[in-house]
Amino acid sequence: MFDNVKIVYHQGKQFIPDTANAKVPGIFRGRPVISSEKVNEAELVDCCPVDAIATNPVSIDLGKCTFCGECAKRFPNKIRFTTDYKISTNDRNRLIVKEGDEGPIEIDPQMVRNEIRRIFGRSLKLRQVSAGGDNSCEMELNAANNVQFDISRYGIDFVASPRHADGIVITGPITENMAEPLQICYDAIPEPKLIVLVGTDAISGGIHAGNPALDRSFLDKYPIDLYIPGNPAHPLTIVNGLLDLTRKRKI
Amino acid sequence: MNYTTIINNQTIPVSDIPEISYNEFIDLNTGFLTDSPERHCVNYFGSRVGNQVRLICCIADDNTHQIYVSSCLIKSGDSLDSFTARNFNFEKFEREIHENFGVGYNDHPWLKPVRYAKNRFDQSQTIANYPFFSIESDELHEVGVGPIHAGIIEPGHFRFICNGEQILHLEIQLGYQHRGIEQQFLAKKKLLQRTTVAESIAGDTVVGHTTAFSHVWESLCGFQPSRDIEYARTLALELERMAVHTGDLSAVCTDIAYQLGSSVFGRLRTPIINFMQEWGGNRLSKGLIRPGRNQFPFTPELANRLAEILDIYEPDFLEMNEQLFQLPSALSRFERTGVVSYDDVLSIGTVGMAARMSGLCRDTRQSHPFGLYPELNHEPIIKHHGDVYSRVQIRKAEVKQSMQYIRNLIQHVPEISGNESVFQSPKPNSFTLSLVEGWRGEICHCAITDELGELAYYKVKDPSFHNWLALALAVRNNEISDFPICNKSFNLSYSGHDL
Ligand code: SF4
Repeated sequence: MFDNVKIVYHQGKQFIPDTANAKVPGIFRGRPVISSEKVNEAELVDCCPVDAIATNPVSIDLGKCTFCGECAKRFPNKIRFTTDYKISTNDRNRLIVKEGDEGPIEIDPQMVRNEIRRIFGRSLKLRQVSAGGDNSCEMELNAANNVQFDISRYGIDFVASPRHADGIVITGPITENMAEPLQICYDAIPEPKLIVLVGTDAISGGIHAGNPALDRSFLDKYPIDLYIPGNPAHPLTIVNGLLDLTRKRKI
Repeated sequence: MNYTTIINNQTIPVSDIPEISYNEFIDLNTGFLTDSPERHCVNYFGSRVGNQVRLICCIADDNTHQIYVSSCLIKSGDSLDSFTARNFNFEKFEREIHENFGVGYNDHPWLKPVRYAKNRFDQSQTIANYPFFSIESDELHEVGVGPIHAGIIEPGHFRFICNGEQILHLEIQLGYQHRGIEQQFLAKKKLLQRTTVAESIAGDTVVGHTTAFSHVWESLCGFQPSRDIEYARTLALELERMAVHTGDLSAVCTDIAYQLGSSVFGRLRTPIINFMQEWGGNRLSKGLIRPGRNQFPFTPELANRLAEILDIYEPDFLEMNEQLFQLPSALSRFERTGVVSYDDVLSIGTVGMAARMSGLCRDTRQSHPFGLYPELNHEPIIKHHGDVYSRVQIRKAEVKQSMQYIRNLIQHVPEISGNESVFQSPKPNSFTLSLVEGWRGEICHCAITDELGELAYYKVKDPSFHNWLALALAVRNNEISDFPICNKSFNLSYSGHDL
C-alpha cells in the first residue's frame, strides 16, 4: 500500500491542465504556412508523395497530406510547418491551406447540426472502427485516453458497443474487407449520430488513395461531422477537435 | 548446387537462384529444417512469370548467418504435395500461395484463405464466408469476437470453441486490414511514395518496416549507407522497441485490472515517443527513416536530451516493475497462463519475442546482423516458460537492454556525412532480401526487379505472419477470460499481417 502511494507520488503531475494551449515538444509538423516566395512550382508539386500540393495559389490539402515534411525540407522558404496542432474542422475546404493563410483552422459553427451541441455538449460516447488503419491513429486515440491527455475528463469516452455510442470514429482508408462491418456498426448506432474521420488515411485514403483494395463508398452516403487530420493525428488534435465540435468553449 | 547462398541485404541476379524440379524443391527446403532448430523459413512466395508461377523459398540459418534461396516453376492449376505436411513452418506461406495463385495442395492440413487479398485467385470467395472449423457437440459452444473489437484496436475475427469457460480451440481469421501493400509498392513509382507505403505497413513498427525497405532499396541500387544513416536506424529501432514494450506492459496491466501499472507504464511510453517527435517531428517516427538519406540527423544536443529523458524514465520504470512483479494477484494471472511449448514454437516457426519466450533463440540482430548491431554484440534475451509471464519478462528485460544500447550509442554521435545521396537506378533482373529485427521479431522484405530495373515484385513479411498461430495455441485449455491478457502479451499486428 505504502509502495503504491510512493509510486503515485513519484509520477508527479502528469495530466496536461490546458489541452487547448499546451506546447508540443520539438519539431512537430502541424498547420503549415505557405509564403509568397517564388519557387519552381512544378518541382514543388512533384515532390509530394500524395498530390496534396496544388498551385494557383500554392496550397496544401491537409486531408491528403501525410505530414512527411518533404516539401518543407526541399523548399524551406516556401513552406514551414508550425507546431499548431489545432487543425481539426468540420468543413473539408478549410483543410486546404493556401499561400498567405496564417490564421487558425477552425470549426464552422454554421455547419454544426443543432442537436450536436445540445445533446452531446457535455457527454459524448464514441465507437471506434479501424478500417484498414495501420494502428498509428488507433494508438493516438488510445493515447488521447491516457493520464496525460485524459479526454474522459471532458465526458468523452470510447465505448465497446455501437448501441451505447453517439457516433463513430473511423480510422484507416476503409478496405473492401471492412466496408460491410463498418456499415453494420454505423447502422447499429442510434440517431442522432456523428461521423468523425481521424487521420489522413480516413479523410482521403492518404497514400492508399485510389487503391483498388479500398471501398470508400460509405463516405459518399453521409455528411462528415469532423475531420481530424494527421499521420497519425496527434492526441491534442483529437481532443481539441472533438471539444470544438461539441461544445462552445471559453477561450 | 540446387540452391544459392546469400547474406542479409545482399543483391544477386535472379538467374543465380537455381530453378529445380518441385520434387527436389520440396525435399531440399523441408530437409533444411529437419532437426535443425537454427534454421527456419523467412520467406516463401510465388510471383508470376508469364503464365507460370515462380516459387522462391528462403531458409535462414542462424549459425552460419546465411540464407539459402532456391526456386521452382509451377502452374496455377497445379496440384502439389505440400511442404506443410512435412513441416508446419510453411503452413501460412502455402496458404498464401494457394490463395493468390490457385495452386492446389493435396495434403495441406488447413488450406484456408489467409487474408482475402484483392488479387486473390478465386474472387468468388469473400471474407464474410470464411469456412470456420466447428465441432458438433451438445456440450460445446462457440464464441465469436470481432471483426470490430471492444476497444480501440484493429479488426480481426476470433472464433472460440469452448467447453464451459475453457477454450478448446481458437481460430483467428484475418484479412480485414488488407490494403494491397505489396501491389502498392509496384503501382507507386516515386521512391518517397514507396517509402510512405512502407511506413504504413504497421504504424507500431514504422522504423522496422521502413528500415527493411530502405535496406532493400539501397542494396538494389548498390548504395552503401554511411555510418550516420545506420546509426540513426539502429537507435530508432531500439527506441521503438522501448516505447512499444512499455505501452504493452501498460496494456497487460489493464487486462488484469491493475490500474496503477496501467497508468504508470502508459504514461512512461509518452516521453519516449515525444522524443521521437523532438527528433523527427512525429511521435511514431513517420518521416524519419529514408532510403539513402539521413533525413533528421541525430545531433549531440539530441543525445543530451535523450540521456536526460532516460535518466528520468529509468527509476520510474524500474520501480513500477518491481512492484508489479511482486504482486501475487498479478503473478497468478501471468504464470502458466497462455503457454506455448518449445516444441510447438519450433514446429510452427515463430520468430522474435514469440520464439524467445519459449527458449528458442531467434533474433536477427544477432543471427543476421545489420545496422550497428555487430558492434553492440547483441545477446538475445531468452525465457523458457512460454507463458504470459515469460512474455512480460521479455518486455521488461528488453527495455532495459535497449536502454543500455541507446546509452552506449549516444556516447559517440557520428559526424553527419552531409552529401545528398545520388542513387543509381536499381540493378535489373535482381533479387534482394532484407531482414530487420523489429520489436515483434523478424521483418523480411524481398524484391525482384525486371530487365529495366523496375520493381517487378515486392514481398513483405511481418513477424505476425508467423506468430498469430502461436496465440491460437497459447489460449488452448485456458479460461476464455484469460484471452485478453494472452493477446496483449503477444500484441501481434493485424495490418502487418493483412498487408
Ligand atoms: S508534408 Fe504533406 S504536402 Fe508536403 S510533401 Fe509531404 S505530404 Fe506533401
